[in-house]
Amino acid sequence: MADRIGDGRGQVRRRAGARLWLSAVWLGLLVLGALLAPWIAPKDPLAQDLFLGRLPPFWLAGAEPGYWLGTDSLGRDVASRILHGARVALTVALVAGSVTCVIGATLGLLAGVLRGWVDLVISRLIDIWMAFPPILFSILLIAVLGPGLWSIIIAIVVIDWTRFARVIRAEAMAQGAMDYVASAEVAGRGLASTMWAEILPNVLPTIVVLLTLEMGIAVIVEAILSFVNLSISTDDPTWGGMIAEGRTSIHQAWWVLVFPLFTLFLTVLAFSQLGEGLKDHYDPVLR
Amino acid sequence: MRDLSIRVHGARERLLRSVSLAVAAGEVHGLVGESGAGKSMIGKAILGILPRAVEVVAGQILLDGTDLLTLPPTERRRRIGASCALIPQDPLTALNPSRRIAPQITDRLVDILGWDRAKADARALALLGEVQIADPARVLRAYPHELSGGMRQRILIASAFAAEPKLIVADEPTTALDVTVQKQILRLIAGLQARQRTALLFVTHDLGVVSKVCQRLSVLYAGHVVEDTDVRRFFASPRHAYSRALLAATPKYTDPESSLIPVPDAVIEAVRAEVASADRSWHG
Amino acid sequence: MPFLRVLLVRVLTTAVTLAGVAVIVFVVIRVVPGNPIAMMLPPGATAADIARLTAMYGLDKSIPEQFAIWLAGVFRGDFGVSISARQPVLDLVLGRLPATLELSVLALVMAVGLGGFAALTGTRARGTRTEAAIDVANGMALSVPDFLWGLALILVFGVLWPVFHISGRVTPSLDLPFVSEFYLVESLLRLRLDLTADLLAHMFLPALALAIPLAAIIGQLLKQSLKETMHLDYVTLARTKGYSEAAVIRREALPNAILPTLTLVGVQFTFLIGGTVIIERLFSYEGLGNMAIDAVVNRDLPLIQGIVILFAAIFTAVNLTVDLCYAALNPRLRHG
Repeated sequence: MADRIGDGRGQVRRRAGARLWLSAVWLGLLVLGALLAPWIAPKDPLAQDLFLGRLPPFWLAGAEPGYWLGTDSLGRDVASRILHGARVALTVALVAGSVTCVIGATLGLLAGVLRGWVDLVISRLIDIWMAFPPILFSILLIAVLGPGLWSIIIAIVVIDWTRFARVIRAEAMAQGAMDYVASAEVAGRGLASTMWAEILPNVLPTIVVLLTLEMGIAVIVEAILSFVNLSISTDDPTWGGMIAEGRTSIHQAWWVLVFPLFTLFLTVLAFSQLGEGLKDHYDPVLR
Repeated sequence: MRDLSIRVHGARERLLRSVSLAVAAGEVHGLVGESGAGKSMIGKAILGILPRAVEVVAGQILLDGTDLLTLPPTERRRRIGASCALIPQDPLTALNPSRRIAPQITDRLVDILGWDRAKADARALALLGEVQIADPARVLRAYPHELSGGMRQRILIASAFAAEPKLIVADEPTTALDVTVQKQILRLIAGLQARQRTALLFVTHDLGVVSKVCQRLSVLYAGHVVEDTDVRRFFASPRHAYSRALLAATPKYTDPESSLIPVPDAVIEAVRAEVASADRSWHG
Repeated sequence: MPFLRVLLVRVLTTAVTLAGVAVIVFVVIRVVPGNPIAMMLPPGATAADIARLTAMYGLDKSIPEQFAIWLAGVFRGDFGVSISARQPVLDLVLGRLPATLELSVLALVMAVGLGGFAALTGTRARGTRTEAAIDVANGMALSVPDFLWGLALILVFGVLWPVFHISGRVTPSLDLPFVSEFYLVESLLRLRLDLTADLLAHMFLPALALAIPLAAIIGQLLKQSLKETMHLDYVTLARTKGYSEAAVIRREALPNAILPTLTLVGVQFTFLIGGTVIIERLFSYEGLGNMAIDAVVNRDLPLIQGIVILFAAIFTAVNLTVDLCYAALNPRLRHG
């Protein structure tokens, strides 16, 4: 269509680039902040001082110097807690995201390439899994496994592997039907080596995009779990926990809710935009 | 159409170069040219369905004396809908797959022209008979995917003639059909056109069809009218070198041994030069 | 005839899925550490008391035995008794179900409205800056989950501009003349519009939080679908007949563009229902999801079982409905 050839392509490429860089920058800052938190955080995130409770952020009256984003009802510095909370969030994102990716993608590949009863079993499993309300399932699992970082990671993996499996299975099947696979088989390669060497590289872009998406979801699930107080077992700050506290004192100290919420917002947005940007980047049509 | 020039937004070259074309009531006017010569663009310009990226740079489109291009969009749309129609090229994609046949013929009559439903339905039934469709009542209730290509084309023809339009643009209506069906379709179109005294602009790349159906024709090359004349005179002795080459290039059933003769380079050069000089003398 | 066979296959697969869900939940929650019986009794209860109650709830038998007993009960309509509430699970669950259904359906309506509006406006304004703006807004709404929207809405409407309620289902002081738990529907039927207003004021924010991600998906998909449909020949033909742009979109493009959107919306609707668990908690809305969280925290095994099965049943029902609608609306499938 004539009106697509002119501006359309240029615009989309420009947008894809901006998305990619902006989200990468934010995530990079976050990673840096999380890694360096024990050194760059202005205050001890666990230090309580009831005399300094509910202090507003630095640009409002009544603020204390050093407590840039204010304090919560127990006098703990919001900024430091956000920085430390990033450690939990990013750890969960990275580990849970990767493990889910590996397990889900592998099962999806097996189902899509091997077909037959392997596909039947895995597909049925996916159907059953998807009949569960995800949040409820995760809460249930945490109740079973007990709170803790590993419980959260396991819960996320157990619930969300279907996301990868479904998509990768479809892609593997589509790829499997293509000519280059048939020619590989004719050349005498075994199925496993075909899967590894031929199909995987073509499915890889999809996997990467889903991975970024999954990391964003992992962050959210962790936040929700810590919101309902089922997250990590220690007193380490989590964004979800801060939000839960902030929710109760929303009228007296709105900043306790706003700042962790905003950080969470940006992080989730960054992960998904990163995924979108990568998707556009890999899309051969737009090149 | 008088001196019509169109081009793509921001492009320097024109798609149609000062095209002038006249079709009288009851006349079948052929429009021939190679693919990409701009034949479809002319039809689209008349009917107001040019692609978004294409703009009219100069010229007029006169329907019964009124320049369509100067009318406000709503009025223009209404007038085109009421007095013009299109017979599209591909019958397989030109019907809405999720609606039955009947409303696709009667919608123009009821919504745009204000006919009442009963009258419109009766007319649809009668029209299907005129295009020689057996069991028209069943066809009216059917969905497009249940019917063959040939049948769908007849329906499209019926739909075009439904409101007795003043002008019909037939955009290569037989190209997508089998040769056996082509003849029937041509006869149908010619018959209906004669009966309703419609002005018909017949866009095609097939000179054979032109010789059977049209009274006048225009030859188009790169958006430039190369020749505009009476059909009999054209086939007897065409004036322009390009036209002569086109005629010579047509494979003849009577002489299968003669190889296909492409249009000689010299002729192409000459036409191109003609186009280029037209471009130079045009300021717009 | 083939239609019937497809239906039968679907029913069978559904049964298998539900059975699978039941088994998984059953096993999972019985591995739960923490004895629910012990949580119920006051401290100082004797071992005999604990043993007695454990036997009463059948928790002393082996897991397969417990499952068999539970399954037998299900076919009788008996889903067990809630440990924390001492009431039949079925009553509790059915009591809370209408609230969650009303919330989900309201969210669905809002999502379709918002998404449809975005898609149609974007299509009418295609190529302009309006369309680009809609795309950006859509992208953002898509990336952010309902939980965050809920929190954002609480901030905006709870603190900055308290127009809507951010907690509960209805103002506690009001006298409710309802017989069923379908408050919203009944208030409309009884023409008690004052109550309808109050209910909507409470439901608006949680429904909106649930609706935004779904609206974004609908908006994007429908717009894409419409865009592709607008290029087709029959749309161009309709234009030559004299119809306005809006009429062309509405009459020709839309009916054909809706179909592919439908299946995805169905799946996403089940996600929306799943989201009610946390959204109801966030807004203290007395629905199924809220009850579910408490059930897990209290280790109320029968209740957890019942709620999860119900959710799974709703999910499969929605999927089935979507497939039926698709088959009914697609003329090719109907006749072919």
